[in-house]
Amino acid sequence: MTPQGHGADLTRLTAAELGELLAAREVSAVEVAQAHLDRIAAVDADVHAFLHVSGTALAAAAAVDAARGDGERLGPLAGVPIAIKDVLCTRDMPSTAGSRILEGWIPPYDATPVARLRAAGLVPLGKTNMDEFAMGSSTEYSAFGPTRNPWDLDRIPGGSGGGSAAAVAAFESPVALGSDTGGSIRQPSAVTGTVGVKPTYGGVSRYGAIALASSLDQVGPVARTVLDAALVHDVIGGHDPRDSTSLPERWPSFAEAAREGALADSLRGVRIGVIAELDSPGFQPGVTQRFHEALGLLTSAGAEIVEVSAPHFDYAVAAYYLILPAEASSNLAKFDSVRFGLRVTPPGGGTVEQVMAATREAGFGPEVKRRIILGTYALSAGYYDAYYGSAQKVRTLIQRDFAAAFEQADVLVSPAAPTTAFRIGEKVDDPLAMYLNDITTLPANLAGIPGLALPMGLAPEDGLPTGFQLMAPAREDARLYRIGATLERLLLERHGPILAAAPSLGH
Amino acid sequence: MSEITPETVKHLAELARIALTDEEISVLTGQLGAIVDSVAKVAEIATPDVPATSHPIPMANVARPDVPGPTLTPEEALAGAPESDGSRFVVSAILGEEP
Repeated sequence: MTPQGHGADLTRLTAAELGELLAAREVSAVEVAQAHLDRIAAVDADVHAFLHVSGTALAAAAAVDAARGDGERLGPLAGVPIAIKDVLCTRDMPSTAGSRILEGWIPPYDATPVARLRAAGLVPLGKTNMDEFAMGSSTEYSAFGPTRNPWDLDRIPGGSGGGSAAAVAAFESPVALGSDTGGSIRQPSAVTGTVGVKPTYGGVSRYGAIALASSLDQVGPVARTVLDAALVHDVIGGHDPRDSTSLPERWPSFAEAAREGALADSLRGVRIGVIAELDSPGFQPGVTQRFHEALGLLTSAGAEIVEVSAPHFDYAVAAYYLILPAEASSNLAKFDSVRFGLRVTPPGGGTVEQVMAATREAGFGPEVKRRIILGTYALSAGYYDAYYGSAQKVRTLIQRDFAAAFEQADVLVSPAAPTTAFRIGEKVDDPLAMYLNDITTLPANLAGIPGLALPMGLAPEDGLPTGFQLMAPAREDARLYRIGATLERLLLERHGPILAAAPSLGH
Repeated sequence: MSEITPETVKHLAELARIALTDEEISVLTGQLGAIVDSVAKVAEIATPDVPATSHPIPMANVARPDVPGPTLTPEEALAGAPESDGSRFVVSAILGEEP
């Protein structure tokens, strides 16, 4: 019970609901922050969504309350807590990207999305766990131990942003920030029953996001509703002169798009393209079943389903696992034992090269080493054209597939992940099996287009969440929020709130 | 099949400045061979007439206005360094001892 007698636990409310209660002064930001810190204290020993819990959340919340008390005009999320993926630089909290090589490192500046959410009065609760440098689909490659799926603590929460998705699914935070290079926001959302959005490439600044693959990385929101994701996107998005790939255009309000979609009959006449290559007989039957049921809901609401083919998607995983390691091997060269992070000196001392090699041997985990070596190979003389050069051509062909498909459809859809959450340990020693988890999500990254994942019900065979993915042409993120909010309403009428069926956790 | 040998991995590790152990080299040789075999299929469709895409939404000559802005102080820039002398990064020896 809250002191105000809402009857409901504050951690069960959405960010939009909390924002309204805060604006009406029915609750204080300090009460909201405390409720979430209490929840973290109660469940995070089991879930391990957080690598660091902020010591200043209550002070930040008190500052919002004071500003409200002074009559300042505040944004719709002022006083709402948020969790931040550890890939984003925060000047008051360690920012490790899940790696030993950055253990304890506190950056001298905030990432732009972090600076913007602070300016909007959101209250950072802490930093969430992730696969080391965002390389992984299960959060098992975190140097600080895996995050566990709130639906079943023996299962993975997806990755790389398993911590953000688990924190939101376990009601430790109403919303979170993630980053998505090949599916690291959308796949964790699919397997935890949450909503995750990868914006158009360049829609959210990458300044202060520790880079994995610069031509693929994009920061975005994680939430329990489409509207909450849109509200966060409105705060963090927009042009940033500090990121040379940041798109200069002005964006419409995504929250407005989501609100319209939730109320309006937005599906009448909309052409929904089902990508044949991503409606695969190899996917888990319960995922395919829920996906086709969702398509039925869209049809009954007036949408037209068209089948589209994207023949080059069969080459997407191969192209991705050349482009990503190539860019990562270059980006991670900055961890050189000199400017920040770990330094390990070999016994008896050594030259800077030997110190660097010893530091990187000690500081990087197995998946990071694997991808750096693979990327170094793909970029080496004699192989560059056959591997990296060819992968870049496949990227063109995949963009053309999308362009042709968007001639026939307003949005493209697929399951957001091929299976429900698998067991911890099941794929950790089989890199190729792990890479196939991204098959549904990574084409959007290769093409730079936006994608949204939302829960579409529980798989009948295991009772675990499944996710539906919507994709739109570049710069049409608002379309995802509008149609996503309509589909969310239809699914809610059919299944009820998915997360209400999750275990309550805590003791 | 790929041509990944333990010597290849050892050479790549030297280029990438990672002092892999012999056991890591052995494990990575097998894994890398399997991965390279699996990704090599990109060459099947990468014909000469297809242009390469390096960036999803290309933008050219992006520059901000040439106006001084805030910068990190030396203390801030050095705060995360493993070793510094207060105004500079301290680097391990560049050259080894003469044999």
